[in-house]
Amino acid sequence: MNSTEKRVNQVWDLIRQVMDPELPFLSVDDMGMIRGVRLEQDQIVVTLTPTYSGCPATDVIATDVRSALHAVEPTGRLELALSPPWTTDWISDRARHLMAQHGIAPPEGPSADRAFLTGQGKTIPCPRCKSTHTTMVSAFGSTACKAHFTCDACLEPFEHFKCI
Amino acid sequence: MTTEQHVQVALRLGDDAMILGQRLSEWCGHGPVLEEDIALSNIALDLLGQARGYYTRAGVLEGLGRDEDQLAFFRTDREFQNHLLVERPNGHFGDTMVRQFLFDAFSLERTQFLANQTVDEDLAAVAAKAVKEVRYHFSHSSQWMLRLGDGTEESHRKVQESLDDLWPYAGEFFVEDDIDKAAILAGLLPDLSVVAQAWHARVSNVLAQATLVKPTSSWSQRGGKQGIHSEHLGFLLAEMQVLPRTYPDASW
Repeated sequence: MNSTEKRVNQVWDLIRQVMDPELPFLSVDDMGMIRGVRLEQDQIVVTLTPTYSGCPATDVIATDVRSALHAVEPTGRLELALSPPWTTDWISDRARHLMAQHGIAPPEGPSADRAFLTGQGKTIPCPRCKSTHTTMVSAFGSTACKAHFTCDACLEPFEHFKCI
Repeated sequence: MTTEQHVQVALRLGDDAMILGQRLSEWCGHGPVLEEDIALSNIALDLLGQARGYYTRAGVLEGLGRDEDQLAFFRTDREFQNHLLVERPNGHFGDTMVRQFLFDAFSLERTQFLANQTVDEDLAAVAAKAVKEVRYHFSHSSQWMLRLGDGTEESHRKVQESLDDLWPYAGEFFVEDDIDKAAILAGLLPDLSVVAQAWHARVSNVLAQATLVKPTSSWSQRGGKQGIHSEHLGFLLAEMQVLPRTYPDASW
C-alpha cells in the first residue's frame, strides 16, 4: 500500500465511525452521505452530501466528520456537494437491515418508483409483526426523512424512511 | 442577462422559499392535529433549506461577500422579491393549505425546470435536491384539497372561500418583468407561459376531484417581485429579523 492509500484509508476508518445524530445506530457512511475521500495536492478532501435541504442534523454531521478528519489530517478539508442529490438508493443494505431491527421500515425499492407519493404505492410492511395491512398516517414524521405509519394488524405505530 | 439580473433571479427563488417557510413555521405548536403540526414544520424546514441554497448562490454571484444569513436577515421589505401569495397570513388551516397548494403546483414546475434545464449549474444542484421535496409538498397539499373540498359541507364552503380569496395572488407567478424576460431568454428560468399552462392543468385536475370551483377571474395582484409588498411582510420580517438585527454577532 502506498502512502496515499494509507492516508485515505486512515481517514475512511475514522469517518466510518461518525454516527447519524437522528439515527444513532447508523453511521453517516451507511446512510450514503460520504461520497468520497481523495488526496488533492497533499490535502485530504472528504465529500459529504446532505440528505434533505433543511435537515437540521446536517451541521452536526459536518462538524463530526470534520473533527474525525482533523484527528488524523489536520489540514484536511470537508467539501459539501449538493449534486448529484442524495437519494435513498445510496443507503447500504446493512443500514436497511438495522433500520428494520430498530422499528423503522426502510425505504422500499429504487427512489424512481414514486407511486408511494400518490398513496397508491407498494404496501410498507410493519417492521414489528411483518403484516402488510398498514396505513400511512402522514407523509411527514418525526424527522424530514420519515413518514408516519400505523399497523392495522398489531395496531402499533411505526416510522417509514421515505424514498427520495 | 446582466450579472445583476442573475443575482435577482437567485434572490427571488430564495425569497419565495424563505418567506413561505417562515409563515409555515408560525404553525409550529398550533397545528390542528399533531401529525399536521409536524408536517407543516417539516415543510417549513425543507423550504428554509432551499432558501439557504438559493441565497448562497445569490451571494456568490453578487460578489460582495454577503452570505445566506446577511441576505435573509439584513435586507428590508423593499428588497425582498417574493411573490405576494407567500406572504399572505396563515388564516385558518384551509387558507394555509390553499396557499400551499397554489404555490406547490407552481414551485414544482419551476423547480423541475431548474433541476433539469437551467444554464446555472449551482442553481440546478439546489433545485435537484429541492424537487424531490416539493413533490412531497404538492402531494400533501393536494390531498388536503381533496379532503377539505370533498369533505363536509362546512369544510367545502370554507376551502372554496379560501380559494376565491387567494386566487388573485396566484396570477403573479406568470407576470413576466424585465428580469424574468432576460432570464428566460438566457435559459436560466422557464418560459412563464409554459409554466402557466402546466400549472392550470395540475390545479384544475385536483380542484375538479375536490369538487371545488376553479375561479375564472384572470385579474391578479402584482408587485411582490418588484419589492412592492402588502402590509403583512413588514410584520413577518420584524419577527424573523429581530434577533440577528439586535445582536448581529450572536451565535449558537
